[in-house]
Formats: sequence, structure tokens, C-alpha cells
Amino acid sequence: MDEKEVDRIKVNEDRRWRLVNRTMRLHGHQPDALIETLHAVQESFGFLDLDSLKYVAESLRLPLSLVYGVATFYHFFTLKPPGDHTCVVCLGTACYIAGSSNILKTVEEQTGIKPGETTPDRKLSLLTARCMGSCGLAPVVVFDGEVHGKMSSASVLENVGRLLNHDD
Amino acid sequence: MTIEELQDIGKIEKEKQEGFKYRIHVCVAAGCLSSQSGLVKEALEKEVARRGLESWALVKGVGCLGLCTAGPMVAIEPDGLLYQGVSVSDASDILEALGGPPVNRLDCSAHLPFFARQKKIVLENCGRIDPESIEDYVAEGGYGGLYSALRTMTPAGVIEQITKSGLRGRGGAGFPTGLKWTAVSKTKSNVKFVICNADEGDPGAFMDRSVLESDPHRVLEGMAIAGLAVGANYGFVYVRAEYPLAVKRIRTAIARAERLGVLGRNIFNTTFSFDVTVRLGAGAFVCGEETALIASIEGRRGSPRPRPPFPSELGLWGYPTLINNVETFANVPPIIRKGGAWFASIGTEKSKGTKVFALAGRVNNTGLIEAPMGTTLREIVFDVGGGIIGDRKFKAILTGGPSGGCIPDQFLDMSMDYESLAQVGAIMGSGGLIVMDDSSCMVDVAKFFIEFCMSESCGKCVPCRVGTVQIYNLLKRITEGGGKPSDIQLLEELCDLVKNTSLCGLGQTAPNPVLSTMRYFMDEYKAHIEDKVCPAGTCHMNPTEESQ
Repeated sequence: MDEKEVDRIKVNEDRRWRLVNRTMRLHGHQPDALIETLHAVQESFGFLDLDSLKYVAESLRLPLSLVYGVATFYHFFTLKPPGDHTCVVCLGTACYIAGSSNILKTVEEQTGIKPGETTPDRKLSLLTARCMGSCGLAPVVVFDGEVHGKMSSASVLENVGRLLNHDD
Repeated sequence: MTIEELQDIGKIEKEKQEGFKYRIHVCVAAGCLSSQSGLVKEALEKEVARRGLESWALVKGVGCLGLCTAGPMVAIEPDGLLYQGVSVSDASDILEALGGPPVNRLDCSAHLPFFARQKKIVLENCGRIDPESIEDYVAEGGYGGLYSALRTMTPAGVIEQITKSGLRGRGGAGFPTGLKWTAVSKTKSNVKFVICNADEGDPGAFMDRSVLESDPHRVLEGMAIAGLAVGANYGFVYVRAEYPLAVKRIRTAIARAERLGVLGRNIFNTTFSFDVTVRLGAGAFVCGEETALIASIEGRRGSPRPRPPFPSELGLWGYPTLINNVETFANVPPIIRKGGAWFASIGTEKSKGTKVFALAGRVNNTGLIEAPMGTTLREIVFDVGGGIIGDRKFKAILTGGPSGGCIPDQFLDMSMDYESLAQVGAIMGSGGLIVMDDSSCMVDVAKFFIEFCMSESCGKCVPCRVGTVQIYNLLKRITEGGGKPSDIQLLEELCDLVKNTSLCGLGQTAPNPVLSTMRYFMDEYKAHIEDKVCPAGTCHMNPTEESQ
């Protein structure tokens, strides 16, 4: 991305960029704003692509290598676009003891994808998490940001089926 | 703001609430919210309005009521009734039963020991106040501790009370809080920072999240008192981005506290100013380590650095920094209000006060509990926890998450305090307790934790980055039926190496689950290696020719 393009984003602030720019402004474009800014980018766009990383690096006057390093270091950031729906299987200790690895295996078998992947029709992304903090409800699966507790392989499959056949 | 004004706010709020004959408390912490307690609250509000009882019954969202497994939980005050598993359709029956006999099918009295055996200091407001209302917190005496610290005590006097209380860091290591505060207060610098560590990355632990969601002002008050004691004017709350509700509630709390004048500039008309900012973590377990956390706040990768110099001398942006855990800060306001001696009278000789635990795993009553230090494991598992699900056999309890150890049944009568836990090869940790029954394979559990540490290792030092992978490969081979008799010794050597030569706490404690399971469940390792059998039946043993 050359400087002209950076200017273009700054000038024609796409609505989604507005949140990102505001975050950086709030922190006075200081280097410590990096993680907060990446959170803003991910919130606006769902993931971090190379162009936005370049834009953030440019705006905060940080080397791209450092920005890329931070973006890949933290598990919360994803560099791949997510599918329409997400299914996050919790693999925290309490869920693991309650059999979440079997749930994951069934979902993998049904959808044919591994954790971190998205179905070819881009309908569903399968992810795993390290504890959602809802251990009292183990095993926990999160569908589109909504936490479902006390799941079984059957009830998870039912939900996954619903998401896969959803048309929008 | 004067103390009279503060007390007035509390008094008005109290009178307002006591004006209602009945107060219906609905748990709106994350556990119950995921079992639809938000809808239950709405349904109850609608039902109250439909019956025209607005001036008679108050529906209030409160923090965690504790028994997460029975959610959504609803409490009826002042009757002290507790309902469990409430659904939207129960709203009408609950209102119908007000003033009469309770709704039997929702009754929660069978869980009485769960509540009776606890002693609440940190959680005293959880399940009683509305976490989004600062007035409610003030009505319970909130910010009174900050007032007395500011107006009636010197910074040295505050530290003296904390030292006297014997409070120790609740993040896991148990470092005396008074000593830490003294170290920061003695440094000569115009700029100092206070950081609240809410990066609860330990899987199976949700104490910090529940405290932030249920009583965020308590943590802010504790931080402000700490700022006053050590001479810091800026605070950061470093909280996991995976806890959106906790983030939202702490942000709301900061805004309300600033508006009321108990945070920000010239607090209580003194020269003391204290600002708090929220910083989001991004899912890295290693950031619970203090130097890694500082790097993360500075916007960098969360890699730890060797200590000394400790953050108390050289911390955030090179300035002296005080880092404490959420629960540690939450203990501060009551200590200042009631005195260090009061706090020191609770607990054991070396571990004072109470500890909040997140009880999960194969017990009947899972949820958030608080018990005095020195409570035995048996009391926690069988009285508070209500025993093992389906009357299966208790096998082990895991404390301290991936850095802790598995404690077998012969130590059930051991008291829970920092020293006793260390003696049996476990640690107090942040307070996650996972109970396992005979359906869990201990070798598999050890593999699970080392896999966690392997993927969470930041990669800076070799022993942790390479060692955890090697331990994982050995355990994987054993659980797949390809283990060799020499593997045991190899594991012991590797664990010893990783434990003693890693840079930070993550690597130094990573072998603990492996070591403690080898110490108490060697027969299971032997069964896997020699007989190629998994006694619990969880491992898929599939020995191949080459691995033999």
C-alpha cells in the first residue's frame, strides 16, 4: 500500500475505518495503541488482512514486521476471513473433562473441516477456545457469539446443521 | 464530594430499595446469561408491570449468585428464597407466590450446604447489588474505604494495615501484598502505575471474571487505595478480550465513578487524582506473567523478560509499577474499612483471609465459591460441591490449572493454604478447582495440560519452547500405546530441566501436572506403557510395530 492509498483511506473514511481511526486518535497515535487498534480493526472487519496491517503500521509509524508479529502472536486475532457463522468448541479443562474433545470430533466429522478452517461454501468456521469462563455449564459451545451450555454431541450437531442450512 | 454526600447517596438508594416490599434478584453474570437469564429478567419485569405491582416489587439484575450449574438463579429478598433453573414461563408463578408459600418445583434449598459452608469477603456484594449501579455499591459501604484512606490515614498507614492483614497475592504465587506495596512506595519517581491483572487465561478459572462482572467498583476502589498508598496516579485494568461482559461492566463502572468524583481528579476534595484505563488482552496465557503483561500494555508481543529488575522498580514504560490480581484488589476495601487485624483473624497462620474458587468438573454443584483459607478439600468437594456426579468415585482434584498439580484422595483432609498445597506438589494458583472422577485418565490429563503450555509458550526461551513439545510427544506416544519403559525416566529428566531452566513462570510450572500425576498415579503410566491398557478407558490404545 503506497502513501497515496493510505491518504485515500484517511480522506474517504469508510464507516468501518472510522472506529479504527478513532481508536488511534484516542491514544494519540502512540505505539502502545497497537493492540487496541488491532482489536478495532477486527471488530470492524472480522479479521486482519494485510492491507489493514499495513495501514495500521503506517499510521502508528511502526515497522510492518512488528505489527505482523503482534497480530500473529495473540490468539484472539485472526488473519483469515471468518465464515458467515462461527462454532467455537471450548477445550478448557472443565469442558475437556466433560468430553468436549468428542464433541469436536463429531463436528469435524460432520463438516469435514478442522479447527481454524471454514467450510468451502464459507457458511461455517470451526474454532476452538481455551475456556470461556462458563465452566459451571461445561461442556460449552459458542454459536455466533452465543454461549450454549451443557451440550452433547447430538445437540451440537443439531445446531451446526441449522447454521449450515441457513440461507442468508 | 464529602463523606456526608457519599453517605446520603447510599442512604437514599437503600431507602428507595427498601421501599419495595419484595426485591427480585435475577443473576445477570455470564454463567446465567448464557442460560437465558436476560429473558427471565425481562419476563419478570413485564409480569410485574402487567399486574401493576411496580411500586411493590422490584426486579433487579445482580451479579453472580454462585451456583452456576443451577442457572438461571433468582433470589427473593427479604424472604431469602432462592430459585434455580428459572425459565421465562415461571415468571407468573414466582410473582403469584410472593408473600405465600414458595414455588416448590424451583426450590433450591437442597443446595443449602453449598451456601452455608462459605464465608464471603470478596464476594460479599455478589448477588446482592446491581453491578451497573454505583449507588447500590455505595449503599453497601462502597468507597468508604477509599474515603478513610484518603482523609484519615497516611499512605504509610494504609500499607501498614495491608501488611498487618497478612494478605497475599491471589494471582497464584502468594507474594505478600504489603511487601509489594512497600517496594513500590519506596521508589523515587514522579510517575508510577498500578495495574490490575485480569488476564485470567487459566482454563477452568472464572473468579476474576465473576468479580469484575458482579462487583466492578470494589476492584476500582482497591486500585485507587493502592494508588494512594504507593503514590501512583494512573491505573490500568488488563482484561481478557474473551470476557466482553466483564469489559463492558468495568468500563461502565469507571465512567460512573468518574462522574461521581470517586475516580479522576481531586478525589474527595483532596489533591489525590487517580485515572483508570481498560486495556484489552488478546488471548495469550503468558500475559498473566507480569513482565509479559507490561509488554502487552505497551503494545508489543507478550514476551516476558528476566527479573530482576522487578516491575516495582522498572515496570510500565520504565516506571515503578504495582501489579496485583483482581481478587487481591477486591480484598483491599474491606481491609481498610475493618482493619488489618480483622482480616488476619480469618484463615490459617500463614495464609490469611478467604479464597475465591471456581469449582468445576465432575461435582454436583459447580460454580463460584469463597471459603476461608484452611478449609479442607473434603469440605469443598463433598459439602460445598455436593459430591461427585452420579455417585462415581473421586479420583483427584486439580488446583492451579496448567501450572498446578493433581491431588489424589489421600490428601482430601488437607487444608487449603499456600504452604500445604506446595508440599504436595500443587499450587494455590488463581483458584480454579477441577474435580475428576474415575472416568478421567491421568496420563491424558497431563497430556492435555502440556499441550496447552506447548501452544501458549511464547517461544522466547529454549527450555520451554522445545521442552514442552518433547514432553507432549512422549505423553502422546504413551497414550497411543507406543510408550517404552525408558520413557518414564526421560519424562522425569525433561520435566526437571524445563522446571529449573525456563525464563518465566509459564515454563517453570508447566511440568507440574506431569510431575504430580507421575508422583501419585504411576500405576496408570505403567499400565499404559507395560500393559498397553488405559485403566479409565479414555485413551485409544493402538500400538504399532515401529513404536514398540
